[in-house]
Amino acid sequence: MHGLVPYSIQSFVIDSYGADAWGRIGRAADPRFGRFEAMQTYDDAVVEGVLAAACREFNKRRSDLLEDLGTYLISNPRQRITRRLLRFSGDSFADFLLSLEDLSDRVALAIPELRLPVVIVRQKSSSCFDLRVEPGMRGYGLVLMGVLRAMADDYGALVLSDCIEGPDGAATLRLELLDPRFARPRDFELSDRP
Amino acid sequence: MTGAAGNQGRIVAPGPDAGGAVLPADGTPAALGAEALDLVMPMHLRIGADGLVVSCGPTLRKLLHPTDPLGRAFHQVIDLRRSRRIRSPARLAELAGTRLAAVLCERPGVDLRGTVVPLAGGGLLVDLALGIGAVAAVGELDLTVTDFSATDQTSDILYLVEANRAVTAAWQRLNRRLEGDRRAAETRAVTDPLTGLKNRRALRDALSRVTGEDLSRSVALMQIDLDHFKRVNDSLGHAAGDRVLGRVARVLRAETRASDMAARLGGDEFTLLLRDSPPIEQLRVIARRIIAALERPMEYEGRPIRISASVGIALSLLYPDPDPDRMLADADKALYAAKRAGRGRFHIFDPGVDGEGTKHGREEDG
Repeated sequence: MHGLVPYSIQSFVIDSYGADAWGRIGRAADPRFGRFEAMQTYDDAVVEGVLAAACREFNKRRSDLLEDLGTYLISNPRQRITRRLLRFSGDSFADFLLSLEDLSDRVALAIPELRLPVVIVRQKSSSCFDLRVEPGMRGYGLVLMGVLRAMADDYGALVLSDCIEGPDGAATLRLELLDPRFARPRDFELSDRP
Repeated sequence: MTGAAGNQGRIVAPGPDAGGAVLPADGTPAALGAEALDLVMPMHLRIGADGLVVSCGPTLRKLLHPTDPLGRAFHQVIDLRRSRRIRSPARLAELAGTRLAAVLCERPGVDLRGTVVPLAGGGLLVDLALGIGAVAAVGELDLTVTDFSATDQTSDILYLVEANRAVTAAWQRLNRRLEGDRRAAETRAVTDPLTGLKNRRALRDALSRVTGEDLSRSVALMQIDLDHFKRVNDSLGHAAGDRVLGRVARVLRAETRASDMAARLGGDEFTLLLRDSPPIEQLRVIARRIIAALERPMEYEGRPIRISASVGIALSLLYPDPDPDRMLADADKALYAAKRAGRGRFHIFDPGVDGEGTKHGREEDG
Protein backbone atom coordinates (compact mmCIF):
# COMPACT_ATOMS: atom_id res chain seq x y z
CA MET A 1 0.00 0.00 0.00
CA HIS A 2 1.25 3.48 -0.84
CA GLY A 3 2.61 5.21 2.25
CA LEU A 4 0.30 8.20 1.82
CA VAL A 5 -2.59 6.07 3.09
CA PRO A 6 -1.06 5.06 6.45
CA TYR A 7 0.66 8.45 6.65
CA SER A 8 -2.79 10.08 6.49
CA ILE A 9 -4.00 7.86 9.35
CA GLN A 10 -0.91 8.84 11.34
CA SER A 11 -1.40 12.58 10.72
CA PHE A 12 -5.09 12.26 11.60
CA VAL A 13 -4.36 10.57 14.94
CA ILE A 14 -1.49 12.90 15.87
CA ASP A 15 -3.36 16.10 14.93
CA SER A 16 -6.63 14.98 16.53
CA TYR A 17 -5.49 12.98 19.58
CA GLY A 18 -1.81 13.82 20.07
CA ALA A 19 1.54 12.15 19.52
CA ASP A 20 1.29 10.11 22.75
CA ALA A 21 -1.86 8.38 21.53
CA TRP A 22 -0.12 7.60 18.26
CA GLY A 23 2.84 6.17 20.15
CA ARG A 24 0.56 3.85 22.15
CA ILE A 25 -1.25 2.71 19.00
CA GLY A 26 2.01 2.01 17.21
CA ARG A 27 3.40 -0.03 20.12
CA ALA A 28 0.13 -1.95 20.48
CA ALA A 29 0.15 -2.82 16.78
CA ASP A 30 3.82 -3.74 16.51
CA PRO A 31 6.53 -3.21 19.13
CA ARG A 32 9.10 -2.56 16.39
CA PHE A 33 6.91 0.04 14.75
CA GLY A 34 8.42 3.48 14.23
CA ARG A 35 6.47 5.84 12.01
CA PHE A 36 4.94 5.84 8.55
CA GLU A 37 6.59 7.80 5.77
CA ALA A 38 4.38 9.25 3.03
CA MET A 39 6.65 8.23 0.18
CA GLN A 40 7.26 4.59 1.14
CA THR A 41 5.29 1.41 0.58
CA TYR A 42 3.81 -0.70 3.40
CA ASP A 43 2.26 -4.07 3.78
CA ASP A 44 -1.55 -3.92 3.91
CA ALA A 45 -1.54 -6.06 7.06
CA VAL A 46 0.63 -3.54 8.92
CA VAL A 47 -1.79 -0.74 8.09
CA GLU A 48 -4.81 -2.85 9.09
CA GLY A 49 -3.08 -3.71 12.38
CA VAL A 50 -2.51 -0.04 13.19
CA LEU A 51 -6.10 0.79 12.27
CA ALA A 52 -7.41 -1.96 14.57
CA ALA A 53 -5.17 -0.70 17.39
CA ALA A 54 -6.48 2.84 16.85
CA CYS A 55 -10.10 1.62 17.12
CA ARG A 56 -9.23 -0.07 20.43
CA GLU A 57 -7.37 3.00 21.71
CA PHE A 58 -10.29 5.35 21.02
CA ASN A 59 -13.01 2.77 21.58
CA LYS A 60 -14.47 3.63 18.19
CA ARG A 61 -16.00 1.58 15.44
CA ARG A 62 -13.79 1.17 12.41
CA SER A 63 -16.39 2.78 10.17
CA ASP A 64 -16.64 5.87 12.40
CA LEU A 65 -12.88 6.23 12.61
CA LEU A 66 -12.46 6.00 8.83
CA GLU A 67 -15.20 8.52 8.24
CA ASP A 68 -13.58 10.91 10.73
CA LEU A 69 -10.33 10.41 8.86
CA GLY A 70 -12.02 11.47 5.61
CA THR A 71 -13.45 14.59 7.24
CA TYR A 72 -10.08 15.42 8.77
CA LEU A 73 -8.39 15.21 5.35
CA ILE A 74 -10.57 18.07 4.10
CA SER A 75 -11.36 20.21 7.10
CA ASN A 76 -8.10 20.21 9.06
CA PRO A 77 -6.01 23.30 8.22
CA ARG A 78 -2.87 21.14 8.11
CA GLN A 79 -4.37 19.22 5.18
CA ARG A 80 -5.31 22.27 3.11
CA ILE A 81 -3.61 20.86 0.03
CA THR A 82 -6.03 17.87 -0.17
CA ARG A 83 -8.99 20.17 -0.03
CA ARG A 84 -7.48 22.48 -2.64
CA LEU A 85 -6.67 19.67 -5.04
CA LEU A 86 -10.21 18.32 -4.78
CA ARG A 87 -11.74 21.75 -5.35
CA PHE A 88 -10.09 21.82 -8.76
CA SER A 89 -12.51 19.07 -9.81
CA GLY A 90 -15.69 21.06 -9.86
CA ASP A 91 -17.29 24.44 -9.50
CA SER A 92 -20.33 23.24 -7.54
CA PHE A 93 -20.86 20.30 -5.23
CA ALA A 94 -22.97 18.46 -7.84
CA ASP A 95 -20.20 19.11 -10.37
CA PHE A 96 -17.67 17.80 -7.89
CA LEU A 97 -19.69 14.63 -7.29
CA LEU A 98 -19.89 13.89 -11.01
CA SER A 99 -16.16 14.47 -11.37
CA LEU A 100 -15.41 11.77 -8.79
CA GLU A 101 -15.28 9.32 -11.69
CA ASP A 102 -12.02 11.05 -12.65
CA LEU A 103 -10.64 11.06 -9.11
CA SER A 104 -8.61 7.89 -9.43
CA ASP A 105 -7.00 9.13 -12.67
CA ARG A 106 -6.49 12.58 -11.25
CA VAL A 107 -4.64 11.16 -8.23
CA ALA A 108 -2.60 8.82 -10.45
CA LEU A 109 -1.58 11.81 -12.57
CA ALA A 110 -0.02 13.39 -9.50
CA ILE A 111 1.28 10.18 -7.86
CA PRO A 112 1.41 7.30 -10.36
CA GLU A 113 2.08 4.72 -7.62
CA LEU A 114 -1.07 5.60 -5.67
CA ARG A 115 -3.91 3.60 -7.21
CA LEU A 116 -7.23 4.51 -5.65
CA PRO A 117 -10.33 2.44 -6.46
CA VAL A 118 -12.46 3.69 -9.33
CA VAL A 119 -15.74 5.35 -8.37
CA ILE A 120 -18.75 5.18 -10.67
CA VAL A 121 -21.28 7.97 -10.22
CA ARG A 122 -24.93 7.68 -11.18
CA GLN A 123 -27.18 10.69 -10.91
CA LYS A 124 -30.58 9.26 -10.02
CA SER A 125 -32.41 12.58 -9.98
CA SER A 126 -31.48 16.23 -9.73
CA SER A 127 -30.61 15.74 -6.07
CA CYS A 128 -29.80 12.02 -5.66
CA PHE A 129 -26.49 10.43 -6.47
CA ASP A 130 -25.32 6.83 -6.20
CA LEU A 131 -21.60 6.24 -5.96
CA ARG A 132 -20.26 2.74 -6.51
CA VAL A 133 -16.74 2.19 -5.22
CA GLU A 134 -14.92 -0.63 -6.99
CA PRO A 135 -13.31 -3.27 -4.76
CA GLY A 136 -9.61 -3.19 -3.92
CA MET A 137 -9.05 -1.00 -0.89
CA ARG A 138 -10.91 -1.81 2.30
CA GLY A 139 -12.33 1.23 4.02
CA TYR A 140 -11.95 3.55 1.04
CA GLY A 141 -15.73 4.05 0.70
CA LEU A 142 -15.98 5.07 4.35
CA VAL A 143 -13.12 7.53 4.09
CA LEU A 144 -14.68 8.87 0.90
CA MET A 145 -17.94 9.47 2.73
CA GLY A 146 -16.14 11.56 5.34
CA VAL A 147 -14.43 13.44 2.52
CA LEU A 148 -17.74 14.08 0.78
CA ARG A 149 -19.42 15.36 3.93
CA ALA A 150 -16.56 17.80 4.51
CA MET A 151 -16.50 18.83 0.85
CA ALA A 152 -20.26 19.48 0.99
CA ASP A 153 -19.55 21.90 3.86
CA ASP A 154 -16.80 23.44 1.78
CA TYR A 155 -19.18 24.07 -1.11
CA GLY A 156 -21.88 25.27 1.29
CA ALA A 157 -24.16 22.35 0.34
CA LEU A 158 -26.44 20.40 2.69
CA VAL A 159 -26.36 16.64 2.08
CA LEU A 160 -27.56 13.38 3.55
CA SER A 161 -25.29 10.43 2.98
CA ASP A 162 -24.72 6.81 3.91
CA CYS A 163 -22.32 4.09 2.93
CA ILE A 164 -22.58 0.30 2.76
CA GLU A 165 -19.25 -1.48 2.58
CA GLY A 166 -18.73 -5.00 1.28
CA PRO A 167 -16.02 -7.37 2.52
CA ASP A 168 -13.70 -6.80 -0.47
CA GLY A 169 -13.70 -3.02 -0.10
CA ALA A 170 -16.46 -2.45 -2.65
CA ALA A 171 -18.92 0.10 -1.33
CA THR A 172 -22.07 1.91 -2.28
CA LEU A 173 -22.61 5.50 -1.21
CA ARG A 174 -25.92 7.30 -1.47
CA LEU A 175 -26.02 11.07 -1.39
CA GLU A 176 -29.01 13.31 -1.29
CA LEU A 177 -28.32 16.93 -2.03
CA LEU A 178 -30.91 18.68 0.12
CA ASP A 179 -29.76 22.22 -0.59
CA PRO A 180 -26.82 23.10 -2.86
CA ARG A 181 -26.68 26.64 -1.45
CA PHE A 182 -27.32 25.99 2.20
CA ALA A 183 -24.37 28.09 3.40
CA ARG A 184 -21.76 30.40 1.95
CA PRO A 185 -19.09 28.27 0.26
CA ARG A 186 -15.49 28.61 1.32
CA ASP A 187 -13.40 30.62 -1.12
CA PHE A 188 -11.37 28.81 -3.70
CA GLU A 189 -8.79 30.69 -5.74
CA LEU A 190 -7.12 29.00 -8.68
CA SER A 191 -3.74 30.10 -7.52
CA ASP A 192 -2.55 29.08 -4.07
CA ARG A 193 -1.61 32.19 -2.16
CA PRO A 194 -1.07 31.08 1.39
CA MET B 1 -20.49 42.31 -39.66
CA THR B 2 -23.74 43.97 -40.64
CA GLY B 3 -26.64 44.90 -38.51
CA ALA B 4 -24.72 44.68 -35.27
CA ALA B 5 -26.63 46.07 -32.30
CA GLY B 6 -25.54 46.97 -28.79
CA ASN B 7 -26.80 44.73 -26.03
CA GLN B 8 -25.39 45.28 -22.55
CA GLY B 9 -22.11 46.33 -24.03
CA ARG B 10 -22.01 43.38 -26.32
CA ILE B 11 -22.52 43.65 -30.05
CA VAL B 12 -24.53 40.89 -31.56
CA ALA B 13 -25.72 40.24 -35.08
CA PRO B 14 -29.27 39.28 -35.84
CA GLY B 15 -29.81 35.59 -36.32
CA PRO B 16 -32.38 32.86 -36.14
CA ASP B 17 -32.45 32.55 -32.35
CA ALA B 18 -33.90 35.27 -30.19
CA GLY B 19 -30.58 36.51 -28.87
CA GLY B 20 -29.16 36.92 -32.35
CA ALA B 21 -26.57 34.68 -33.89
CA VAL B 22 -22.97 35.82 -33.97
CA LEU B 23 -22.05 33.53 -36.79
CA PRO B 24 -24.55 33.98 -39.58
CA ALA B 25 -26.64 31.04 -40.63
CA ASP B 26 -26.16 31.64 -44.33
CA GLY B 27 -25.16 28.20 -45.37
CA THR B 28 -22.99 27.50 -42.30
CA PRO B 29 -24.12 24.39 -40.48
CA ALA B 30 -24.30 25.93 -37.05
CA ALA B 31 -25.14 29.40 -35.93
CA LEU B 32 -23.84 30.38 -32.54
CA GLY B 33 -25.65 32.82 -30.28
CA ALA B 34 -23.62 35.49 -28.50
CA GLU B 35 -24.07 33.83 -25.14
CA ALA B 36 -23.15 30.44 -26.53
CA LEU B 37 -20.03 31.96 -28.07
CA ASP B 38 -19.10 33.50 -24.70
CA LEU B 39 -19.57 30.13 -23.08
CA VAL B 40 -17.49 28.05 -25.47
CA MET B 41 -14.90 30.75 -26.24
CA PRO B 42 -14.72 33.03 -23.21
CA MET B 43 -11.52 34.53 -24.62
CA HIS B 44 -12.64 35.24 -28.17
CA LEU B 45 -12.32 38.45 -30.10
CA ARG B 46 -14.58 39.07 -33.07
CA ILE B 47 -13.27 41.49 -35.63
CA GLY B 48 -15.43 43.20 -38.25
CA ALA B 49 -14.53 43.59 -41.92
CA ASP B 50 -13.24 47.07 -41.06
CA GLY B 51 -10.75 45.62 -38.58
CA LEU B 52 -12.57 46.93 -35.51
CA VAL B 53 -13.42 44.70 -32.56
CA VAL B 54 -17.14 43.96 -32.46
CA SER B 55 -17.29 41.50 -29.58
CA CYS B 56 -15.08 40.15 -26.86
CA GLY B 57 -15.44 37.11 -24.59
CA PRO B 58 -16.04 37.75 -20.87
CA THR B 59 -12.72 36.36 -19.67
CA LEU B 60 -10.73 38.39 -22.17
CA ARG B 61 -12.79 41.42 -21.17
CA LYS B 62 -11.83 40.76 -17.55
CA LEU B 63 -8.17 40.71 -18.51
CA LEU B 64 -8.53 43.94 -20.50
CA HIS B 65 -10.42 45.74 -17.77
CA PRO B 66 -10.78 48.72 -17.52
CA THR B 67 -10.07 49.16 -21.21
CA ASP B 68 -13.10 48.60 -23.44
CA PRO B 69 -11.93 46.80 -26.58
CA LEU B 70 -15.14 47.32 -28.56
CA GLY B 71 -14.76 49.61 -31.55
CA ARG B 72 -10.96 49.56 -31.38
CA ALA B 73 -8.71 48.34 -34.17
CA PHE B 74 -7.69 44.74 -33.41
CA HIS B 75 -3.97 45.57 -33.46
CA GLN B 76 -4.58 48.07 -30.66
CA VAL B 77 -6.03 45.31 -28.53
CA ILE B 78 -3.79 42.34 -29.25
CA ASP B 79 -0.14 42.47 -30.15
CA LEU B 80 0.68 39.59 -32.52
CA ARG B 81 4.23 39.10 -31.44
CA ARG B 82 5.38 37.30 -34.54
CA SER B 83 3.36 39.37 -37.04
CA ARG B 84 3.43 42.93 -35.76
CA ARG B 85 3.07 44.58 -39.15
CA ILE B 86 -0.32 43.06 -39.79
CA ARG B 87 -2.88 45.83 -39.46
CA SER B 88 -5.62 44.87 -41.90
CA PRO B 89 -8.21 42.13 -41.49
CA ALA B 90 -7.30 40.80 -44.92
CA ARG B 91 -3.69 40.21 -43.85
CA LEU B 92 -4.83 38.78 -40.53
CA ALA B 93 -7.08 36.35 -42.42
CA GLU B 94 -3.96 34.98 -44.11
CA LEU B 95 -2.89 33.62 -40.73
CA ALA B 96 -6.04 31.47 -40.53
CA GLY B 97 -5.26 28.02 -39.25
CA THR B 98 -1.84 28.94 -37.87
CA ARG B 99 -0.98 29.14 -34.21
CA LEU B 100 -0.89 32.75 -33.07
CA ALA B 101 1.37 34.03 -30.34
CA ALA B 102 0.07 37.24 -28.84
CA VAL B 103 -0.02 39.49 -25.83
CA LEU B 104 -2.62 42.03 -24.82
CA CYS B 105 -1.42 45.54 -25.68
CA GLU B 106 -2.62 46.66 -22.25
CA ARG B 107 -0.94 43.76 -20.40
CA PRO B 108 2.21 42.79 -22.26
CA GLY B 109 3.12 40.39 -19.46
CA VAL B 110 0.22 38.05 -20.20
CA ASP B 111 1.21 35.69 -22.99
CA LEU B 112 -1.57 34.23 -25.07
CA ARG B 113 -1.87 31.78 -27.86
CA GLY B 114 -4.72 31.37 -30.27
CA THR B 115 -6.02 30.94 -33.74
CA VAL B 116 -7.93 33.06 -36.23
CA VAL B 117 -10.68 31.98 -38.62
CA PRO B 118 -12.63 33.98 -41.21
CA LEU B 119 -16.39 34.22 -40.64
CA ALA B 120 -18.81 33.37 -43.38
CA GLY B 121 -20.49 36.75 -43.30
CA GLY B 122 -17.22 38.67 -43.31
CA GLY B 123 -14.95 39.53 -40.43
CA LEU B 124 -12.77 37.27 -38.36
CA LEU B 125 -12.95 35.33 -35.14
CA VAL B 126 -9.85 35.12 -32.96
CA ASP B 127 -9.95 32.53 -30.18
CA LEU B 128 -7.36 32.97 -27.48
CA ALA B 129 -6.14 30.97 -24.48
CA LEU B 130 -3.58 31.65 -21.78
CA GLY B 131 -0.03 30.74 -22.73
CA ILE B 132 1.96 28.58 -20.35
CA GLY B 133 3.60 31.59 -18.68
CA ALA B 134 0.24 33.20 -18.00
CA VAL B 135 -1.08 29.93 -16.58
CA ALA B 136 1.71 29.99 -14.02
CA ALA B 137 0.78 33.56 -13.11
CA VAL B 138 -2.97 32.97 -13.06
CA GLY B 139 -3.16 34.08 -9.44
CA GLU B 140 -2.29 37.62 -10.46
CA LEU B 141 -5.02 37.64 -13.11
CA ASP B 142 -7.83 37.09 -10.58
CA LEU B 143 -9.44 34.39 -12.71
CA THR B 144 -11.59 31.57 -11.39
CA VAL B 145 -12.60 28.14 -12.66
CA THR B 146 -15.70 29.62 -14.30
CA ASP B 147 -13.57 31.95 -16.41
CA PHE B 148 -12.42 29.00 -18.49
CA SER B 149 -14.55 26.95 -20.81
CA ALA B 150 -15.41 23.43 -19.71
CA THR B 151 -12.99 22.00 -22.27
CA ASP B 152 -10.12 24.33 -21.36
CA GLN B 153 -7.52 22.41 -19.35
CA THR B 154 -5.97 25.45 -17.72
CA SER B 155 -7.37 24.53 -14.33
CA ASP B 156 -6.09 20.96 -14.76
CA ILE B 157 -2.62 22.36 -15.36
CA LEU B 158 -2.98 24.40 -12.19
CA TYR B 159 -4.10 21.26 -10.35
CA LEU B 160 -1.02 19.43 -11.58
CA VAL B 161 1.30 22.30 -10.67
CA GLU B 162 -0.06 22.26 -7.14
CA ALA B 163 -0.10 18.47 -6.84
CA ASN B 164 3.44 18.37 -8.11
CA ARG B 165 4.52 20.94 -5.57
CA ALA B 166 2.94 18.90 -2.76
CA VAL B 167 4.57 15.67 -3.92
CA THR B 168 7.95 17.36 -4.22
CA ALA B 169 7.54 18.75 -0.71
CA ALA B 170 6.74 15.24 0.57
CA TRP B 171 9.92 13.89 -1.02
CA GLN B 172 11.92 16.72 0.46
CA ARG B 173 10.51 16.00 3.92
CA LEU B 174 11.47 12.36 3.54
CA ASN B 175 14.95 13.32 2.36
CA ARG B 176 15.46 15.67 5.28
CA ARG B 177 14.34 12.98 7.71
CA LEU B 178 16.62 10.37 6.16
CA GLU B 179 19.49 12.86 6.21
CA GLY B 180 18.75 13.55 9.88
CA ASP B 181 18.71 9.80 10.61
CA ARG B 182 21.97 9.35 8.74
CA ARG B 183 23.63 12.13 10.74
CA ALA B 184 22.30 10.75 14.00
CA ALA B 185 23.63 7.29 13.12
CA GLU B 186 26.94 8.83 12.17
CA THR B 187 27.09 10.70 15.47
CA ARG B 188 26.20 7.53 17.40
CA ALA B 189 28.96 5.68 15.58
CA VAL B 190 31.61 8.10 16.84
CA THR B 191 30.17 8.96 20.26
CA ASP B 192 30.66 7.30 23.61
CA PRO B 193 27.04 6.93 24.77
CA LEU B 194 27.83 7.18 28.49
CA THR B 195 29.80 10.43 28.49
CA GLY B 196 28.91 11.98 25.13
CA LEU B 197 32.64 12.27 24.40
CA LYS B 198 34.02 10.90 21.14
CA ASN B 199 34.88 7.19 21.08
CA ARG B 200 37.95 5.20 20.05
CA ARG B 201 36.80 5.06 16.44
CA ALA B 202 36.42 8.83 16.26
CA LEU B 203 39.92 9.28 17.70
CA ARG B 204 41.37 6.87 15.16
CA ASP B 205 39.62 8.75 12.33
CA ALA B 206 40.86 12.08 13.66
CA LEU B 207 44.43 10.77 13.96
CA SER B 208 44.31 9.53 10.38
CA ARG B 209 43.33 13.03 9.29
CA VAL B 210 46.24 14.70 11.09
CA THR B 211 48.45 16.13 8.34
CA GLY B 212 52.18 16.76 8.16
CA GLU B 213 51.41 20.44 8.37
CA ASP B 214 49.40 19.92 11.59
CA LEU B 215 52.33 18.00 13.07
CA SER B 216 54.87 20.65 12.15
CA ARG B 217 52.68 23.34 13.72
CA SER B 218 52.39 21.19 16.88
CA VAL B 219 49.96 18.44 17.84
CA ALA B 220 49.69 17.06 21.38
CA LEU B 221 48.20 13.78 22.58
CA MET B 222 47.30 13.32 26.23
CA GLN B 223 46.47 9.88 27.58
CA ILE B 224 44.51 10.10 30.81
CA ASP B 225 43.90 7.15 33.08
CA LEU B 226 41.89 7.43 36.30
CA ASP B 227 43.47 6.30 39.56
CA HIS B 228 41.36 4.45 42.14
CA PHE B 229 38.44 4.21 39.74
CA LYS B 230 38.09 0.46 40.21
CA ARG B 231 37.73 1.03 43.93
CA VAL B 232 34.77 3.37 43.35
CA ASN B 233 33.11 0.85 41.09
CA ASP B 234 33.69 -2.03 43.48
CA SER B 235 32.62 -0.25 46.67
CA LEU B 236 29.84 2.05 45.48
CA GLY B 237 28.60 0.27 42.36
CA HIS B 238 28.52 1.04 38.68
CA ALA B 239 26.07 3.92 39.00
CA ALA B 240 28.65 5.75 41.12
CA GLY B 241 31.32 4.84 38.56
CA ASP B 242 29.16 6.28 35.80
CA ARG B 243 28.77 9.49 37.76
CA VAL B 244 32.54 9.77 38.02
CA LEU B 245 32.96 9.19 34.29
CA GLY B 246 30.39 11.90 33.59
CA ARG B 247 32.35 14.31 35.75
CA VAL B 248 35.59 13.42 33.96
CA ALA B 249 33.89 14.20 30.67
CA ARG B 250 32.81 17.63 31.95
CA VAL B 251 36.33 18.40 33.15
CA LEU B 252 37.90 17.35 29.85
CA ARG B 253 35.37 19.36 27.87
CA ALA B 254 36.09 22.41 29.97
CA GLU B 255 39.83 22.05 29.39
CA THR B 256 39.63 21.69 25.61
CA ARG B 257 38.78 24.02 22.74
CA ALA B 258 36.27 23.30 19.98
CA SER B 259 39.11 22.33 17.65
CA ASP B 260 40.42 19.74 20.14
CA MET B 261 39.00 16.28 20.65
CA ALA B 262 38.23 14.58 23.96
CA ALA B 263 37.61 10.84 23.61
CA ARG B 264 36.83 7.98 25.98
CA LEU B 265 38.54 4.88 24.73
CA GLY B 266 36.71 2.60 27.16
CA GLY B 267 36.77 1.86 30.89
CA ASP B 268 38.57 4.75 32.60
CA GLU B 269 40.88 5.60 29.71
CA PHE B 270 40.59 8.98 28.01
CA THR B 271 42.55 10.75 25.28
CA LEU B 272 42.83 14.39 24.35
CA LEU B 273 43.95 15.32 20.85
CA LEU B 274 45.05 18.95 20.69
CA ARG B 275 45.65 20.38 17.24
CA ASP B 276 47.61 23.62 17.22
CA SER B 277 48.70 22.60 20.66
CA PRO B 278 49.88 25.25 23.10
CA PRO B 279 53.58 25.31 24.01
CA ILE B 280 54.97 22.73 26.43
CA GLU B 281 54.74 25.03 29.44
CA GLN B 282 51.06 25.53 28.82
CA LEU B 283 50.55 21.77 28.42
CA ARG B 284 52.01 21.26 31.86
CA VAL B 285 49.52 23.78 33.26
CA ILE B 286 46.64 22.00 31.52
CA ALA B 287 47.73 18.58 32.81
CA ARG B 288 48.00 19.90 36.35
CA ARG B 289 44.60 21.57 36.08
CA ILE B 290 42.96 18.37 34.85
CA ILE B 291 44.48 16.29 37.63
CA ALA B 292 43.54 18.87 40.26
CA ALA B 293 39.97 19.07 38.98
CA LEU B 294 39.60 15.29 39.03
CA GLU B 295 41.03 15.08 42.56
CA ARG B 296 38.38 17.44 43.88
CA PRO B 297 36.25 15.29 46.20
CA MET B 298 32.70 14.47 45.22
CA GLU B 299 29.83 12.70 46.89
CA TYR B 300 27.60 9.86 45.83
CA GLU B 301 24.48 9.26 47.93
CA GLY B 302 26.14 10.89 50.89
CA ARG B 303 29.37 8.93 50.58
CA PRO B 304 32.60 10.63 49.54
CA ILE B 305 34.37 9.68 46.35
CA ARG B 306 38.01 10.49 45.75
CA ILE B 307 39.86 9.67 42.60
CA SER B 308 42.90 10.99 40.81
CA ALA B 309 44.38 10.64 37.35
CA SER B 310 47.69 9.95 35.65
CA VAL B 311 48.54 11.68 32.39
CA GLY B 312 50.96 10.80 29.61
CA ILE B 313 51.72 13.39 26.95
CA ALA B 314 53.32 13.20 23.50
CA LEU B 315 54.08 16.39 21.60
CA SER B 316 54.84 16.40 17.85
CA LEU B 317 57.39 19.23 18.14
CA LEU B 318 59.67 16.96 20.15
CA TYR B 319 60.07 14.54 17.22
CA PRO B 320 62.35 15.04 14.22
CA ASP B 321 59.85 13.10 12.11
CA PRO B 322 56.54 12.94 14.02
CA ASP B 323 53.99 10.20 13.35
CA PRO B 324 50.55 10.12 15.03
CA ASP B 325 50.54 6.36 15.67
CA ARG B 326 53.92 6.44 17.27
CA MET B 327 52.91 9.48 19.31
CA LEU B 328 49.88 7.58 20.62
CA ALA B 329 52.06 4.64 21.65
CA ASP B 330 54.55 7.04 23.28
CA ALA B 331 51.78 8.88 25.14
CA ASP B 332 50.84 5.43 26.53
CA LYS B 333 54.42 4.84 27.61
CA ALA B 334 54.49 8.25 29.27
CA LEU B 335 51.24 7.41 31.04
CA TYR B 336 52.74 4.24 32.51
CA ALA B 337 55.81 6.15 33.50
CA ALA B 338 53.56 8.60 35.37
CA LYS B 339 51.70 5.73 37.02
CA ARG B 340 54.92 4.07 38.08
CA ALA B 341 56.08 7.32 39.62
CA GLY B 342 53.04 7.35 41.88
CA ARG B 343 49.45 8.45 41.20
CA GLY B 344 48.21 11.90 40.26
CA ARG B 345 51.19 12.74 38.06
CA PHE B 346 51.88 13.52 34.46
CA HIS B 347 54.81 12.75 32.23
CA ILE B 348 55.82 14.23 28.87
CA PHE B 349 57.43 11.75 26.54
CA ASP B 350 60.85 12.88 25.31
CA PRO B 351 61.87 10.85 22.23
CA GLY B 352 65.53 11.64 22.81
CA VAL B 353 65.52 10.19 26.34
CA ASP B 354 62.45 7.95 26.77
CA GLY B 355 62.83 6.62 23.26
CA GLU B 356 65.71 4.48 24.45
CA GLY B 357 63.35 2.88 26.97
CA THR B 358 65.87 3.13 29.77
CA LYS B 359 65.63 6.40 31.58
CA HIS B 360 62.57 8.40 32.50
CA GLY B 361 62.63 12.17 32.44
CA ARG B 362 59.93 12.50 35.01
CA GLU B 363 57.88 15.55 35.70
CA GLU B 364 55.45 15.75 38.50
CA ASP B 365 52.38 17.82 38.90
CA GLY B 366 52.37 20.88 41.11
